[in-house]
Amino acid sequence: MPDLTREETQSLIEEVLEVYPEKAKEIRAKHLTVNDHEVEQSKKCITSNRKSVPGTMTIRGCAYAGSKGVVWGPIKDMIHISHGPVGCGQYSRAGRRNYYVGTTGINTFGTMNFTSDFQEKDIVFGGDKKLAKLIDEIETLFPLNKGITVQSECPIGLIGDDIEAVSKAKGAEYNKTIVPVRCEGFRGVSQSLGHHIANDAVRDWALGKRDGDDTFKSTPYDVAILGDYNIGGDAWSSRILLEEMGLRVVAQWSGDGTIAEMELTPKVKLNLLHCYRSMNYISRHMEEKYGIPWIEYNFFGPTKIEESLRKIADFFDDKIKEGAERVIAKYKGEYQAVIDKYRPRLEGKRVMLYVGGLRPRHVIGAYEDLGMEVVGTGYEFGHNDDYDRTIKEMGNATLIYDDVTGYEFEEFVKKVKPDLIGSGIKEKYIFQKMGIPFRQMHSWDYSGPYHGYDGFAIFARDMDMTLNNPCWSNITPPWRKSEDTQALAAE
Amino acid sequence: MPSVMIRKNENGELLFYVAKKDLEDVIVSIETDTQESWGGSIIIGDGSTWYIDPISPPPTFPTTLRFKRA
Ligand code: SF4
Repeated sequence: MPDLTREETQSLIEEVLEVYPEKAKEIRAKHLTVNDHEVEQSKKCITSNRKSVPGTMTIRGCAYAGSKGVVWGPIKDMIHISHGPVGCGQYSRAGRRNYYVGTTGINTFGTMNFTSDFQEKDIVFGGDKKLAKLIDEIETLFPLNKGITVQSECPIGLIGDDIEAVSKAKGAEYNKTIVPVRCEGFRGVSQSLGHHIANDAVRDWALGKRDGDDTFKSTPYDVAILGDYNIGGDAWSSRILLEEMGLRVVAQWSGDGTIAEMELTPKVKLNLLHCYRSMNYISRHMEEKYGIPWIEYNFFGPTKIEESLRKIADFFDDKIKEGAERVIAKYKGEYQAVIDKYRPRLEGKRVMLYVGGLRPRHVIGAYEDLGMEVVGTGYEFGHNDDYDRTIKEMGNATLIYDDVTGYEFEEFVKKVKPDLIGSGIKEKYIFQKMGIPFRQMHSWDYSGPYHGYDGFAIFARDMDMTLNNPCWSNITPPWRKSEDTQALAAE
Repeated sequence: MPSVMIRKNENGELLFYVAKKDLEDVIVSIETDTQESWGGSIIIGDGSTWYIDPISPPPTFPTTLRFKRA
């Protein structure tokens, strides 16, 4: 199917909106747009970070998911208590695949679920005593933990428990960092506020712990990786590139990260920010308080990696600049071989994305390196600044959708007919049953890493494996195939 | 009176950022921007005007200041 023109895309949006009642139509219309390179600021063409329309099927998560699942959860040597009913933590346990090294249950706790398992009586009489007891139990059973966070679920805010008081008292008793996080699910419109709340909690309860302590020997080449959650090993395949060019990575936020790394981050020279959405707040704070500059980078696909390595190197002396060139040259043969192998198999294929914080724009480069084209993209919980950055990356007249509803997404796909869809697990089976190849782009469909040169090879293989899988031609059973579709298949 | 973080972007322009409002834009004009003081009416890229009593000596950026809507 040929690319849609601007008018066709616009009329497609209008057609899809037809079924809504008047008011919902008006609201949703503001969240859907046709990309226009002329537009400087996204807020002129798209509204984002607004409450979802009641009655529509949104794909978003909650603030607790943003804090526990995204920002705090991967800090491996702390215990993160899902404070409230058991479900929130249990149904999301270990689903994100942030890899880490360590012995689970002894000195690392990433894939475990700790919960206060609220019952009716805790709602009625308050759960503070239970929380205190829980912290005592944790200290007895898991003495090697380096700290605790209390991640509030919805009921905590509703019944007005004082988790701050408990955390302070217990923190003093055990001489440990205990962080209360007010990330109740009902706050804000999506997981995005949870990121912000978690960032603020880091700022208020953890970041400044080593201010005035100079025992850490810093070097002029110290950097921190921010907003990389080590999904399928992403941060590792990024880290080796930085280290090879001569930098020293002091901290990983927060994939495979530790509380000690967090506390040392104020001593670095430059913060490298991968996921802007979830960690820009703390980067801005560190810039203001400690004078640490931050830059955004993108480690998806060789073109963007090359750009990013040079951009990072520009902050340092010639030694690092040479280092960057050396790294680029070293991997050239490797990634060129990947492109040579897969590009012919993937050339010209069209992709629609609908993901979370950074991928709707960051992976575009990687697809383009493989000769593919992204024809529609959108964020679950992006803000205007995300769309500002997206407009430039996307082709003209392509579709952009914010907080797309289940219905809209399906309709768009039916009309745009992409060759591949990249979205979340909730969307996966709908589209696969429609006969469209699908990759789950939140946790890489049990694969990964996708960052860095090593990741690109895996990315390319996965896309090929999905798209060119012979099963897609067998979706229609033989007895349903009419003469002409059979003829088509034979071509 | 929102608190506003002001920082320099890659091109050395000043950025005006209000976290709560999700607003980030370059500052296009500053009423008083001298060696001695900095502030007054400030116009940002989207056309809105903000006000802060001039501060002297001028602040170093990045910093957080409280502005009034003008
Ligand atoms: S919205 Fe509330 S109840 Fe639901 S997962 Fe989030 S914190 Fe738990």
